[in-house]
Amino acid sequence: MTATVEDVLARYEPVIGLETHVELSTASKMFCSCATTFGAEPNTQVCPVCLGLPGSLPVANEAAIEATIRIGLALNCSIATWCRFARKNYFYPDMPKNFQISQYDEPLCVDGYLDVELAGRTYRIGIERVHLEEDTGKNTHVGQSGRIHGADYSLVDYNRAGIPLVEIVTKPVPGTGACAPEVARAYVTELREILRALDVSDVRMEQGSLRCDVNTSLNAPGEPWGIRTETKNVNSLRSVERAVRSEMIRQAAVLDAGHRVVQETRHFSETTGGTRPGRSKEEATDYRYFPEPDLVPLAPDPGWVERLRAELPELPAVHRARVRNRLGVSAEDMQQMANAGVVDLVAATVEAGAPVAEARNWWLGYLAQKANERDVEPADLAMTPAQVARIGELVSAGTLSVGLARQAVDGVLDTGEDVDAVVAAKGLRIVSDANALAVAADEAIAANPDIAQKVRSGKVAAVGPLVGAVMKATRGQADAAAVRELLLQRLGAG
Amino acid sequence: MPDHTADSSPTRISRAEVAHLARLARLAVTEQELDVFAGQLDVILGSVARVGEVAAADIEPTTHAVPLRNVLRPDEVGPCLDRSTVLAQAPAVEDNRFRVPRILDDEA
Amino acid sequence: MSELTRLSAAEIAAAIAAGEASAEEVTQAHLDRIEQVDGMVRAFLHVDADGALDAARLVDADRAAGRQLGPLAGVPLAMKDVVVTEGLPTTAGSKILDGWIPPYDATITRKIKDAGIVMLGKTNMDEFAMGSSTENSAFHPTHNPWDLGRIPGGSSGGSSAAVSAFEAPLGIGTDTGGSIRQPAAVTGIVGHKPTYGGVSRYGLIAFSSSLDQAGPFGRTVLDAALLHEVMGGHDPLDSTSIPQPVPPVVAAARDGAAADLTGVRVAVVRELGGEGYQPGVLAAFQEAVSTLRGLGATVLEVSCPHFDYALAAYYLIAPSECSSNLARFDSVRYGLRVGDDGVHSLEEVMSLTREAGFGPEVKRRIMIGTYALSSGYYDAYYGQAQKVRTLISRDFAAAFEQADVLVSPSSPFVAFGIGERVDDPMAMYVNDLCTLPASLAGTPAISVPCGLSEGLPVGLQVMAPALADDWCYRVAAAFEVAYVDANGPLRGPELVGGAAA
Repeated sequence: MTATVEDVLARYEPVIGLETHVELSTASKMFCSCATTFGAEPNTQVCPVCLGLPGSLPVANEAAIEATIRIGLALNCSIATWCRFARKNYFYPDMPKNFQISQYDEPLCVDGYLDVELAGRTYRIGIERVHLEEDTGKNTHVGQSGRIHGADYSLVDYNRAGIPLVEIVTKPVPGTGACAPEVARAYVTELREILRALDVSDVRMEQGSLRCDVNTSLNAPGEPWGIRTETKNVNSLRSVERAVRSEMIRQAAVLDAGHRVVQETRHFSETTGGTRPGRSKEEATDYRYFPEPDLVPLAPDPGWVERLRAELPELPAVHRARVRNRLGVSAEDMQQMANAGVVDLVAATVEAGAPVAEARNWWLGYLAQKANERDVEPADLAMTPAQVARIGELVSAGTLSVGLARQAVDGVLDTGEDVDAVVAAKGLRIVSDANALAVAADEAIAANPDIAQKVRSGKVAAVGPLVGAVMKATRGQADAAAVRELLLQRLGAG
Repeated sequence: MPDHTADSSPTRISRAEVAHLARLARLAVTEQELDVFAGQLDVILGSVARVGEVAAADIEPTTHAVPLRNVLRPDEVGPCLDRSTVLAQAPAVEDNRFRVPRILDDEA
Repeated sequence: MSELTRLSAAEIAAAIAAGEASAEEVTQAHLDRIEQVDGMVRAFLHVDADGALDAARLVDADRAAGRQLGPLAGVPLAMKDVVVTEGLPTTAGSKILDGWIPPYDATITRKIKDAGIVMLGKTNMDEFAMGSSTENSAFHPTHNPWDLGRIPGGSSGGSSAAVSAFEAPLGIGTDTGGSIRQPAAVTGIVGHKPTYGGVSRYGLIAFSSSLDQAGPFGRTVLDAALLHEVMGGHDPLDSTSIPQPVPPVVAAARDGAAADLTGVRVAVVRELGGEGYQPGVLAAFQEAVSTLRGLGATVLEVSCPHFDYALAAYYLIAPSECSSNLARFDSVRYGLRVGDDGVHSLEEVMSLTREAGFGPEVKRRIMIGTYALSSGYYDAYYGQAQKVRTLISRDFAAAFEQADVLVSPSSPFVAFGIGERVDDPMAMYVNDLCTLPASLAGTPAISVPCGLSEGLPVGLQVMAPALADDWCYRVAAAFEVAYVDANGPLRGPELVGGAAA
């Protein structure tokens, strides 16, 4: 039974693809002037246009078009000289008009790429298209599970309907091998960094302003690409990786058993880390696309496009190169920081006075762990680079041991207080008073004669429990390394 | 006047196809209606198929009489409808939202 | 008082401005007329007597305060029920919107109100503007004031009949394939379809987005022009509305009344006549052409061969667009909801609602449209039809190199009997043969009364290039003077108040 990606790779090669939807952070909606504020009371940010009332008509938001073009430029796309919106027709209660204004065969941006670096290798992810459309409303399903299957009825809020949505579709990506899950994750991470740099979206996956669907297929080496499945409900970077991994494993098991992979849409489950099939449809949906007659074509002025290109901000890859230079770290170290999303945090910590290695260690180590535990990005931790630098200072000065420093970090994260305030409140201070330590050491030795004897006789490693005892006696506020030294000295083994 | 009556070519659209179209368009047509509609649609399609007689391979389609481009609005927030007004016309409301019966189809 | 209902809009406005009549008494006179005859004509779906009188009183107050009045202030108007009016029921002639009270005004509604025009109520129409006889109304047919057993045309039959029956001097309709011009022709009044984009569509319940245009009805060309100037103009809420100012239609109507068409080249379109057209219609049309020649116009004939494909193209494009436009009527946010019993799913409720809420013509067109847009059929049907549209535009362009305006009958038939064609879709569609080409090309066209056949009105259609609506009005105004001089104004039988026919 296949259980790992490596097992899968023994027999198959993966091809992945990603479709990302980005909610733009424009002030007003795509086709009307309603506000786009997240979290407003249901149905308070609606008007005849975004409610699809009879007689209403759309008018396109200039800033949304500009943002889309900038995204396309940042992804090395060609910008259409002439294109149109199209209607995508299907019935669903979150769609007020029962068609979505989108783009079909005339997207605004085409044929670009995004380079992703992973473990020293560069993967060029082709971008098929970037187009603009309107978001739908939100359904809440009322019933036993809160999910659509088995719900008794549903409630619809149209606040989100009409918010500008940019859809970014990659070309299929072969050749990622066992790294397919990580490449998928790295692509979304890098894309998100670019979108942040462009300042076009909040890109918060947990709020839904960045949504991913991942496509996965497997084929035997040398064979044509296999049937692909589309996995939706992928709501975090971690889920992107897990979704690809679990789909690869699942599809391999299907193929191994001699069956065919069913072309279908699947839903990712956070709880199981796997995918389950969506309700299968009788036939593929025919959206009956046709050019939107209520809107006129877009023909972006070439001069405008060039100005937008010239005014693009420093893109993340360039930015990282610059920061890497400044920090003087290796490419691998840089990539590690980038993948963890802490490049700018480390840089800022260095700016605040910390040595590079220390800044890196904190953000890639204890702070990354804390972020994971709290299920947030490191950037969203309630801990600033300046505070990290201060902690580093206190450790260098010998005021705090690493262990005490971690307690200080916990304090800052829990209380929101500043470093020095937390240190004072918790009374965090290395006990360095030589006498006090000597007394504690002697007490520990006296209380554990057998262990003391072992150490005297040369088993240095046995000193551990004695160190523990002294640490306990000093409420953890001694420097463990120094305590060990002291004990060994007193036992004549140091 | 050109002949807009049906030609004598075979049926263009079957009853089953009409039933399929009705489903796609969310119309719960009755069996009787299907019979009538199938005949009528066949006649109409026979007539409109004439567009295919025109040689138009190199012709660009027209969608608007007066060609306009780049009609855009600035990204400014304007007034929304009052929620009570919005919900007042709704067939069913709960919790300040539009209430609909259980949905069979998956989210698209 | 009843004479007030016989005045033109221009005359009423002048009387009000001069203090000879108050807006309130004018409105009351028309409300009385509606009371008197609408039981027979059945033009109105909803009469807003209180709202109308309030609006009239505001005009009177403005006048008393010495404020400047607009050129149509205090003039009553019948509004087609496809136009959204805040706080007033708006049905588009359909059960699926029965009871819907819009929370906003269409742009043209706002313009009418701002101009001090008094909206008497909402008029009957073919459901969602699909039809040529107003028999497709979900509520009841409207009866032609010229012969109550006959249709008033469609889809704007209610507004047209109201103006024809002196229930209002002005009406607003919408024209997608002929739905202003054909009713105007068969009820003996003037109706104009503006250049596409010349009048805002914001607040027009959409039938076919690339064809729909709202336009004026009046008993005179000048009245229609005055209303056109109030209605028209760029609207930032309608992306397809053209940025140019309203063509100088009122000036053109006044200039035209000089009845001198020397130097004007008028072309008869060969394809819009001949076999299948009623002989009486053709005879009246020929006389009209002679009249134009008599006014100094140079008359020639042009051929627009692709006009023969207009009907086929239209009955692909319009249904395609409407199949999408009408998808929003799904029981969720407004309107009818059927079958919500706790057992049926949403999909079933949507289907049951639309089945119950839409009439047969609407269902037919939705299904045709769904078919024509389907993958595999798109290129041959919708795609091809849009190309034919280009060819029709080119035919117009070529014709307009030889002529300033093109003329034809407005419809091949006079008003037919209620019930006569309603079971045969194709027999109904051919009513639009003359009007469809200008719809597809988006060019302006007017219908002006040009005589009678079998005692029933015939309309002359005058077509001009895009943005040249003023040419339509000029030629129509000249013709009108000549016609009325020779024959007296076209007047139908007096409708005597009483029970419905």
